[in-house]
Amino acid sequence: MHEMSIALAVIGQVEEAAGRAGDITAVREVRLQVGELAGVVPEALSFCFELACAGTVLEGAELVTDFVPGRARCAPCAHEWAVGMPPLLSCPRCDGGSTDLLSGRELQIVAVRWEDGRTPAPTREPIPEER
Amino acid sequence: MCRVVDLHQAVLAKNDRAADTLRAELAARGTTVVNLLSSPGSGKTALLERELVEARDRAVPVAALTADLATENDAERLARSGVPVRQILTDGLCHLEAGMLAGHLEGWLPTPVRLLFVENVGNLVCPASYDLGETLRVVLASVTEGEDKPLKYPTAFGLAHLVVVTKTDIAEAVGFDEAAFRANVERVNPGVEVLLTSARRELGVGLLLDRALAAAAGAPVHSPVMAREPHPHTHEHAGDHTDLAHDHSADDADHTNGTAAMAQPRP
Repeated sequence: MHEMSIALAVIGQVEEAAGRAGDITAVREVRLQVGELAGVVPEALSFCFELACAGTVLEGAELVTDFVPGRARCAPCAHEWAVGMPPLLSCPRCDGGSTDLLSGRELQIVAVRWEDGRTPAPTREPIPEER
Repeated sequence: MCRVVDLHQAVLAKNDRAADTLRAELAARGTTVVNLLSSPGSGKTALLERELVEARDRAVPVAALTADLATENDAERLARSGVPVRQILTDGLCHLEAGMLAGHLEGWLPTPVRLLFVENVGNLVCPASYDLGETLRVVLASVTEGEDKPLKYPTAFGLAHLVVVTKTDIAEAVGFDEAAFRANVERVNPGVEVLLTSARRELGVGLLLDRALAAAAGAPVHSPVMAREPHPHTHEHAGDHTDLAHDHSADDADHTNGTAAMAQPRP
């Protein structure tokens, strides 16, 4: 199970990004794209993520994984198909020699939601003339 | 204030960068890495023992690293070939990463070494995700493991440049269906070559060395469908990616600029 290593890599990169951004006080959510063929089990990753976040700026952050189905296209006949699991990576229609994998290998941090120290400009009550 | 920031960073980017660096550094020294993956007990060490002896007999300078959770048994076996061998103990970790490999090579890798064989931890799941800077990734399966192994471990077999069947001397006894195995390999990795070997009966010994030497000489290696760079399905980010690559070089000088390129606050 290498999900702990993956979780640590995610945390390390978010910590670095937070460090560069400056005044990040807490990370609330990390959104990941996990492809069908990425070789990563989202449930195991969530479990490891929660443990490994303890004591970091990500403590308590939610890991949201967007599943990306594997899709392939046959170069000769242009047929497109869902590869499935186990994946079928040769064209089911023409058995053609060249397949392009369109999606399914994603393992990427898409976005983070975090708190920074900046206070939003106070929304003042409109004065009567503005109403 | 709570804000959402786009990152779009590959989770394994750090390992991939370390692997690319290692590949380039070793290439500059004339060394090519062969990464061997299989489940425990497939016969990686037995085949590698024979290949190392074959290399020595052909006067090809080779070296080998072997990774296990515990014991130096494999290094002792491989060292009998007389070529430089080093054991990596992972202390329970289920795979090697590029940075770990680089650390173990530092100050050890003799010169010249044409081929460096890395016997990964026996595991068909985790090591598949980590590029070690290899030029040739070889996945082995013994005839006793079942013809559907490639379907059960599609990432490992799908990313292989070469598939090696081991222990073929007992194929008949265990009823190994070679055609079914080949069809399953073809399903997850169309076009990849499958070699049949038996270290005990000396069948197919030297073929792995031949393929590794060809790759080291620059012959094109198989390009697995699964390893081909998928077209980014968020095309609007293609431009960002180029900026990001440029900003990386300036990253050390100006962290603020780096951040601006990496992290784009979304309204």
